[in-house]
Amino acid sequence: MSATFLLDGRAIPFSEGQTILQAAVAAGAYIPHLCFHPDFKPHGSCKVCTVKVGGRQSASCTTAAAAGAVVESDTPAINAERLALVQMLFVEGNHFCPSCEKSGDCKLQATACDLGMVSPHFDHFFPDRPVDASHPDLLLDFNRCILCSLCVRASRDVDGKNAFALAGRGLRTRLIVNSRTGRLVDSDVSAGDRAVHVCPVGVILPKRRGFSVPLGRRVFDLKPISAVADASAQIEER
Amino acid sequence: MTPDPAEAAATAMARHRHDPHELLQVLREVQESCGWITPEAIDCIQARLGLPRSKILGVATFYSFLHINPCGRYRILFSDNITDRMLGNQVLLDRMCRNLWIERGKVSEDGLVSVDSTSCTGLCDQGPAILVNGIAITRLSEARVDEICDLVREQIPVGDWPAEFFRVDENIHRRDVLLGTPWLPGAALQAAMARGTEALIGEMKASRLRGRGGAGFPAGLKWQACRDAPGKARYLVCNADEGEPGNFKDRVLLATAADAVIEGMTLGALATGAWRGFIYLRGEYRFLLGHLEGVLERRRAAGLLGESILGREGFDFDVAIHVGAGAYVCGEESALIESLEGKRGTPRNRPPYPVTHGYLGQPTVVNNVETFASSCLVALKGGAWYADIGTRESSGTKLLCVSGDCARPGIYEYPFGVEVRQVLEDCGARKTKAVQVSGPSGACVPAAEFGRRIGFEDLPTAGALMVFDESRDMFQVARNFVHFFAHESCGFCTPCRVGTSLLTQMMDKLANGHGSPYDFAEIEKMNLILQSMSHCGLGHSACNPVLTTIAKFRPAYLRRLAHEEFEPAFDLDRALGAARQMTGRDDPAAHVLPEEAT
Ligand SMILES: Cc1cc2nc3c(=O)[nH]c(=O)nc-3n(C[C@H](O)[C@H](O)[C@H](O)COP(=O)(O)O)c2cc1C
Ligand code: SF4
Ligand code: SF4
Ligand code: FES
Repeated sequence: MSATFLLDGRAIPFSEGQTILQAAVAAGAYIPHLCFHPDFKPHGSCKVCTVKVGGRQSASCTTAAAAGAVVESDTPAINAERLALVQMLFVEGNHFCPSCEKSGDCKLQATACDLGMVSPHFDHFFPDRPVDASHPDLLLDFNRCILCSLCVRASRDVDGKNAFALAGRGLRTRLIVNSRTGRLVDSDVSAGDRAVHVCPVGVILPKRRGFSVPLGRRVFDLKPISAVADASAQIEER
Repeated sequence: MTPDPAEAAATAMARHRHDPHELLQVLREVQESCGWITPEAIDCIQARLGLPRSKILGVATFYSFLHINPCGRYRILFSDNITDRMLGNQVLLDRMCRNLWIERGKVSEDGLVSVDSTSCTGLCDQGPAILVNGIAITRLSEARVDEICDLVREQIPVGDWPAEFFRVDENIHRRDVLLGTPWLPGAALQAAMARGTEALIGEMKASRLRGRGGAGFPAGLKWQACRDAPGKARYLVCNADEGEPGNFKDRVLLATAADAVIEGMTLGALATGAWRGFIYLRGEYRFLLGHLEGVLERRRAAGLLGESILGREGFDFDVAIHVGAGAYVCGEESALIESLEGKRGTPRNRPPYPVTHGYLGQPTVVNNVETFASSCLVALKGGAWYADIGTRESSGTKLLCVSGDCARPGIYEYPFGVEVRQVLEDCGARKTKAVQVSGPSGACVPAAEFGRRIGFEDLPTAGALMVFDESRDMFQVARNFVHFFAHESCGFCTPCRVGTSLLTQMMDKLANGHGSPYDFAEIEKMNLILQSMSHCGLGHSACNPVLTTIAKFRPAYLRRLAHEEFEPAFDLDRALGAARQMTGRDDPAAHVLPEEAT
């Protein structure tokens, strides 16, 4: 018999070494998350996956699952704080959803909808983040980067390339490309890399493919993110 | 003359044995010799250390004192703690910019000089302070500003500036067992070796000595946990990052009692079996590097460091100094270790903790400077003796760093349990309105509570005690602290990265006279999010100063409310400021006037 913990009253089985979110995703249970992806080492930066366990709040993607633990996730209080985090991500970057190719397949947008976001609430920062269209097959629109580091992890751990990295500090933290000019075309990235498919938002985009699946028929157009089993896989396979 | 960047990089890398973990030290040394980190230097580092360029840039852009763009041959940074502000740093900064005909934060057109501000430099007892090319200058005055401007214009090398500028005083006003004990190098170590390793850990536990860096974890338990953890090698780190504004006791200990600090580390090595130690010295204390290297060298020569310490076969331990480059968050122990490993100073996910998985994944003790120094007293006089000083929960003495409105700012050593009132009396504070204990992340104590005691039972502190008299505006104090946290957030996690910046906007909105009760509610909501969702202690405590001042000095906030319910932050006239500057006109017609006035 495998060990379990309780997630909002539902028993979730887990194996030694799994975190709460890893076990929940494997069991098909939804805890909102952005910087987590089942194929990569948990990072713990977006904090959208925060849950309450043992009276304390902590990121479920990096908190080890423990037998018998009582985990609260889908509560009005926690969801309100998650909503504020998502709003913070919206005002930190420049997110014009109607003009974004990723609309409907974007986890930030889908999470915001699921949490009931109707306005950005906070003052926009309107950062100046020029796009990089230098690569023949790929476009980088940094305006939408949420600094989840998934592309960094994928490039380093799967592609063996270190094509991306985070630079700067605090609010000036930004994604950079590994090349002397800083442009994507001068890096060793190629369209087949895992790193260019994991982005949960619309930063790293393939060129000339934009609307091959029409708006309205995309993953989160059809079902809310909380009801999609493994959203990452469906979107990345395109 | 500026040396060749590639050559400077090659020299630095050679000095650090081409070890990629030494990346931060290499970058810092390149910056020191070339003034900035040039693309050619990065080429060279990339090729030799085999690191991706993006990683090198990621590290170089994380630290405030490193620059990947040309940034002036004279880089002047004004310390901007609230105590520096109280001593008039803003007027002096403006004066310097005016004298030099430059804009704050921008490099002069001839590439000669830049003037900007930086977080607290740990010289609050002799401010206003500045850093010139990384070296501290104290007691700035209008006359000194003018002199500095002349020296810059005449392009006199900083090394040839008057020595008096660089004088850093110790200002020790009260000594107790720690500052009052003459440190004979080796005495504590000999006493510990005579007792035996096992007994040393026993004495440390019996002393109930708790960490002096803030959190107060029992030092004996930490040493034991590290010794007992499985690992290939063990490491010891002396946390001399001292980034919390208002703190400067570690600076004074390193300047006056470096032997005790390093001997404490050697005791730690004896107890844990560590073979290597690091002093993580904050970049602002670069001026102590030569002194510390000298003490290390003397101790090596005396057989107190190196192989077979004091003749004991197999007792090998040495210490290296790592100099930081301007990042408060690197005081957090796991961020400090990342930084030691040549990475961005981002706090790690915990558990595992450093005692089991620290430097290079090996068991590591991180202790504060004062903790190590105090352990010498335990070794010399025994745990029971030490435990007898102070209070039940807080044994021993504490160094307090007193600054702000008082006659005698400086260092005061008291047994734990001393009342705030006593400290104020001893330092000559008059008409005190409040004290901020333990820096921005600590507590704001109003006059009615001056009977409270320093110690883990009541007012825990890393050391800072900033004094504010009746003339001070506690709202501006809190606002200064909030700006500090936003500047120092590492940017890793969403709540802190974005939340601290939003919080500065809210405080600035109040400062600009646009506040309303709505903003209060927003500030409280932001606090909850920072406390419950942040990744590390920086985010957890970033809202503390605002909340405690709202609680204790509500009138300072209420005075700023422009409206009873809501007031927008947007101000059309202010928004047109940039256009006015570009067009060079500032006449009445270029302003949107308030309705009443039209
Ligand atoms: C944001 C942050 C900054 C810190 N800065 C320092 C520091 O400058 N010096 C220090 O000794 N501890 C600092 N600490 C505490 C350290 O993480 C750690 O607890 C301490 O070095 C342990 O030493 P001790 O047990 O001797 O106090 C900081 C913690 C946080 C969260
Ligand atoms: S580009 Fe995408 S995957 Fe990479 S850090 Fe930004 S949001 Fe995450
Ligand atoms: S709380 Fe702030 S300093 Fe700490 S990890 Fe998060 S962003 Fe970095
Ligand atoms: S998914 Fe856990 S912190 Fe981002």
